[in-house]
Amino acid sequence: MILPRWAERFWPVVPIIGALLFIIALLFLFGADPLESLNIMFLKPFENQAKMLSVMAFWVPLTLCALGLLVTFTGGLWNIGVEGQMILGSLGASWIALTVDAPAFVLIFLEIIVAMLAGALWGALTGFLKTHGKVHEIFGGLALNNLASMLSLYLIAGPWQPPEGGSFRGTPPFQEAALLPRFAESRFSPISFVLTILAIGLVFFALNNSFWGLKLKALGKNARSAFLLGVSSERETIYAMMFCGALAGLGGAVRVLSWFDSLRQNISGGIGYLAILVVMLAAYRLLLVPFISFFFSLVLNGSLTLQLKTQLHSSLGGILTGVMVLFILLFGEASKLGFRKEVEKDE
Amino acid sequence: MNDLYIVSFFASAILNSSPLIIAVCGETLTERAGVVNLSLDGSMLMAAMSGFIVAYEMDNIWLGFFAGAAVGAFFALIIAFGSIRLKQSQFAIGFVLTLLGADLSAFLGQNHTRLPGPSVAHLSIPYLADLPILGPLFFDQNIIVYFSFVLVAVTWWWLNRTQPGLHLRSVGERPEAAFARGVKVNLVRYLYSIVGGALVGLAGASYSLGIKIGWSDNHILGLGWIALAIVIFGGWSPVRGAFGAILFGVTKGLATYLQGTFPGVSIQALNSLPWILMIMVLILVSGDFTERLIAYMPQSVQDPLRRQLRLAPPLALGATLDEE
Repeated sequence: MILPRWAERFWPVVPIIGALLFIIALLFLFGADPLESLNIMFLKPFENQAKMLSVMAFWVPLTLCALGLLVTFTGGLWNIGVEGQMILGSLGASWIALTVDAPAFVLIFLEIIVAMLAGALWGALTGFLKTHGKVHEIFGGLALNNLASMLSLYLIAGPWQPPEGGSFRGTPPFQEAALLPRFAESRFSPISFVLTILAIGLVFFALNNSFWGLKLKALGKNARSAFLLGVSSERETIYAMMFCGALAGLGGAVRVLSWFDSLRQNISGGIGYLAILVVMLAAYRLLLVPFISFFFSLVLNGSLTLQLKTQLHSSLGGILTGVMVLFILLFGEASKLGFRKEVEKDE
Repeated sequence: MNDLYIVSFFASAILNSSPLIIAVCGETLTERAGVVNLSLDGSMLMAAMSGFIVAYEMDNIWLGFFAGAAVGAFFALIIAFGSIRLKQSQFAIGFVLTLLGADLSAFLGQNHTRLPGPSVAHLSIPYLADLPILGPLFFDQNIIVYFSFVLVAVTWWWLNRTQPGLHLRSVGERPEAAFARGVKVNLVRYLYSIVGGALVGLAGASYSLGIKIGWSDNHILGLGWIALAIVIFGGWSPVRGAFGAILFGVTKGLATYLQGTFPGVSIQALNSLPWILMIMVLILVSGDFTERLIAYMPQSVQDPLRRQLRLAPPLALGATLDEE
């Protein structure tokens, strides 16, 4: 089958429309008004400053994780462990917030540094398991995610429980000085936004303008040739994991210091896993990541609003983003589906 | 712990790990053909949800199992199609389906949560169930347990003693050679992806219809990942995989028991046990550590030991073959 040129140009929209149709069908199935529901999810948040700030507050850690993942994906690594690296970041920041007494700016500086170190440590552990124990990073990462989550539950129920007794829900709220300054009573902290923009620049530099980025690309494209050319795959693997872990750890710090005001159960909220989808939907391109990440934040927050208004399960947002990534993977390239390009005629 | 308690402890560990055994057999078949179905966590959730809803609405558990198997097979088919035909990454598609399965099952099952529903009946096997120790362990269970044990035997026999099994392994180890000998590599891969996926689906439905009866959000979240890990530490063998699954069930049960007996021990530490065990076993079977350990052994046992312990994945695992 031959596809006309105009159709080929617009092909990338097809999977997206397909995903929307899928969602509309689901909404019909459950007796909801599709247009009204989509309106609540996509457009309504733009009319409301509080909603927008909430979207941006969600965007920060999601983007930080996605940025880190760009680095590990470039090195050919499937860093599912990003979720646990984020949790460790939350734990690091909480530890400082609960135990250190200092002026706000010292405290926040310390929290961020310790969070990044903790995330990097967890990343290094996955890398080390891969390079020295031959444990595939998907399984090493997964085990470490679970261990990180157990560790946080233990801390909440044990050493860090509120004085009135463990509720198992979270630690007591942190001292005011330990929290990131937040914008207009929202969960959004401008400092974390600035740090995210800096991180975008850092990752851009690391991947495009540094020798390390070049080595990582070589490693990701063909590990064996890279090794023969003198790239130490073990060292670069661990460094890449640490880099990602540090950014995810920063994301985790933002979760406890501005999204919440304490360490809670399920602190990561699955953001690490979502970030993997963000990077895939962005086709591993850095400049698309912030926008795709914004889209995810919008849809996921929108589906929570939708649940409040219509009782529809809030997993709808996750379904929309998941189906979109799936359809793009499956139907993203017309040529692979058996369509041929229109042959260009010589003049 | 008295003797009776020990027996009932192991009997319930075996019951609880039987769906895992089924999933491990399915995934072992798929991976031995060279395809990785990473979506287990999502497809088992979807299968558990559809299995329960179909059984509930139709009031027929067998239709429920069938629905679970169909959903599992469909998810596996997406992965096979995406990787074989569209040359996309199996890991990427599998991972998306993992997350999508969790969300989709939560949404589709939202009106059927926490309902009392049909479940698999207990089925003692006459005479055999009266055997001391073995009886309560293996013959005083339900059909899921019996099926899982028969499945292990059949999978082993199919893989190692039949010609289609030989083809299956050749496709996973040396697809080019198999293709040159006339084996339809991609057809075989589609076939075992679907069969394996159907078994994974059965495993999911087994949970909602026989082990953790009913449906709720994220009903069996995480168990699919455990099944994937067990396939690896079972060294891609259904028999060792079954032992791995039971070992997991025993650790899990032990955690519950110890928590009841020694309340001072933190529940988180106990729940971490299976994961720590998993990492240690993975290091043991895949790292250089084992090789160094074997070098200390007497010469005569080195080779058999190596054969027993060195658990290499199928050579062409995750690689696609262009048949043109």
